[in-house]
Amino acid sequence: MSENPSTASHGHGASSHGHGPFIAAIDQGTTSSRCIVFDKDGRIVSVDQKEHEQIFPKPGWVEHDATEIWTNVQQVVDSAVHKAGLSAADVKAIGITNQRETTVMWDRTTGEPVHNAIVWQDTRTDALCKELGRNVGQDRFRRETGLPLASYFAGPKIRWLLDNVEGLRERAERGDILFGTMDSWVIWNLTGGVDGGVHVTDVTNASRTLLMNLHGLRWDEKILASMDIPAAVLPEIKSSAEVYGHTVGGVLAGVPVASALGDQQAALFGQTCFEQGEAKSTYGTGTFMLMNTGHEPVNSYNGLLTTVGYRIGDQQPVYALEGSIAVTGSLVQWMRDQMGLINSAAEIETLASTVEDNGGAYFVPAFSGLFAPYWRSDARGVIAGLTRYVTKAHIARAVLEATAWQTREITDAMTKDSGVELTALKVDGGMTSNNLLMQTISDFLDAPVVRPMVAETTCLGAAYAAGLAVGFWSSTDELRANWRRAAEWTPRMDAATRDREYKSWLKAVERSMGWLDDSTVEE
Amino acid sequence: MARTIQSLERAAAMLRLLAGGERRLGLSDISSSLGLAKGTAHGILRTLQQEGFVEQDAASGRYQLGAELLRLGNSYLDVHELRARALVWTDDLARSSGEAVYLGVLHQQGVLVVHHVFRPDDSRQVLEVGAMQPLHSTALGKVLSAYDPVAHSEVVEAERAAFTPRTVTGLGDFEGLMGLTRARGWAADVEETWEGVASVAAPIHDRRRMPVGAVGITGAVERVCQDGELRPEIVAAVRDCARAVSRDLGAGRF
Repeated sequence: MSENPSTASHGHGASSHGHGPFIAAIDQGTTSSRCIVFDKDGRIVSVDQKEHEQIFPKPGWVEHDATEIWTNVQQVVDSAVHKAGLSAADVKAIGITNQRETTVMWDRTTGEPVHNAIVWQDTRTDALCKELGRNVGQDRFRRETGLPLASYFAGPKIRWLLDNVEGLRERAERGDILFGTMDSWVIWNLTGGVDGGVHVTDVTNASRTLLMNLHGLRWDEKILASMDIPAAVLPEIKSSAEVYGHTVGGVLAGVPVASALGDQQAALFGQTCFEQGEAKSTYGTGTFMLMNTGHEPVNSYNGLLTTVGYRIGDQQPVYALEGSIAVTGSLVQWMRDQMGLINSAAEIETLASTVEDNGGAYFVPAFSGLFAPYWRSDARGVIAGLTRYVTKAHIARAVLEATAWQTREITDAMTKDSGVELTALKVDGGMTSNNLLMQTISDFLDAPVVRPMVAETTCLGAAYAAGLAVGFWSSTDELRANWRRAAEWTPRMDAATRDREYKSWLKAVERSMGWLDDSTVEE
Repeated sequence: MARTIQSLERAAAMLRLLAGGERRLGLSDISSSLGLAKGTAHGILRTLQQEGFVEQDAASGRYQLGAELLRLGNSYLDVHELRARALVWTDDLARSSGEAVYLGVLHQQGVLVVHHVFRPDDSRQVLEVGAMQPLHSTALGKVLSAYDPVAHSEVVEAERAAFTPRTVTGLGDFEGLMGLTRARGWAADVEETWEGVASVAAPIHDRRRMPVGAVGITGAVERVCQDGELRPEIVAAVRDCARAVSRDLGAGRF
């Protein structure tokens, strides 16, 4: 929402960026597309951003117009490069990061999408996923893919399109139709589209399709057969950092397109979590936490996802465990919009700071069930421990604590699955401006919480990967040297208090479960 | 009794009229209810609109009370909102200046640090959010004292302790510094609070041009000064940052 640092006051005096060359990163996100130009120190030189329409054809359905998105991507690239006063010669590479799992299919001869893109949040494939689980259930493909059968992932969305767009299956089997997540769509168009565009995806995006075998990093023929998806539609799986092709046309004509990473993996990369056991957590509307687990995929028995973290060129792939919290920033918005207890999101800290503790109140925001590590769709939100003593300030505190405890639950699950203790948590996202929340997370984890100096870790990750691919940066060590600590919160809570509070939180979580019974479970 | 100002009375009557009903009112409703010529009513409404006390619905052209009236009753800027708005700009200031950045607001008789960005080297540093600094000797405090009348009256009445031989304690000298600060738009503290430490700060204004805080850098005097003078590029970077945050809060260009 706020104006970006590089748009206006920059380029003067001590704050001017270094001299080129530069790397451009495209972030094709859920609500907007952005382009950020970075210099060699990883500092932002210019930014442009454009929102696209959210299309809701039915309850639970969410679509994007892929053609509009491609137009916007061209515009923001053009504008960011112009704002920085650069030409194609100054830009060494383009990197891509994108909303994950969102699925588009298009005609390779006309370049026209055959349907709106189906967005990751879209739940139209719920029933299909249940059906695909057959007698095994949602873990049918977990061993191969690291994922449960859930409506987020791309594979079932492809199947839905093949089943529901008239004539699509025949055209797909003839080889006329291409599938891609948004990285593939952007790269294909950047590199020429119908005139020789390259049809590729990277390992991180492919790991969110439910179609890629995590061990071989190849499309899994058995799963393709089970889902009835013709291999002809699929892009070639590449690493996250290599030259896929060169830009055709536009302000950056001829510049290599040299990275692709799903947004959360890009943030892991931008936070330079290159060592096993390093983790980042992005606090936005929801929260996504990823931990680098090294060169072997770690199976989760605690409700986490196994995914590819990144792969640089022909080096060994790096895997990650992922846990997400559905409701974090959106709980603060709920306090503002539905409860009217605060006027702005930032005021939650003001209100919460007027009291020393939660007054005995615990808020479990299971608005649409409990996610990792519980996965209980029958749970609903509760505020537990209420007495006459509790004020709205205690509730505000409980709201912030809910995010912190859920972070703790995910880190505990990661430790159990990976056997690696978390030494420090790197954070980014809008909620990192909440000092009390960051301190509370550090207290509850009993580990330092560290905020980097560049908040745009997602774009930075894509830029880093592209820069590595073209030799702009020499190694991950050089990138690590670019990383700067902007703030660090260290634990101040004594162990006895932490343990007692954690027990109370877990009791509250228990109270949220089983609220819906069979007769009330919503579809 | 002193003469009253007719147009202010009319403006007050308009606000009461708009506050009375739930519907939006058109220009002719307003002018006829108050017995004013349309041109006169329109001139007052336009002025009120400019100040944010009245808003005009784009589709119907009708008028309603503006958001500014709500802000009048609840006028202070939440410090956590200030931090959220300042975050990207202060990170950038730390990177470009190579020094630690602090954001401060007036709290009781001192400066409350509401945001702190570490100096961008790999040294161990401790987050100082929540710490207090003196008003009369620090760069943040001087800026607040120069621009915020409440801070100014605090600092004038308080005892101004000498932390170092360089601390300015006498009222006359101090007022001179205030004038200088207002004239050039920034303040400095060269070893007036801590030996070996220098800082530079500039004011942050909100959309009504009210001073809401100060932002500045603090570092070793050897790095911040050169040949006994503050490095001009550091002063420029601090002022750029303060302007950027002010703009983000809606203040006009200045």
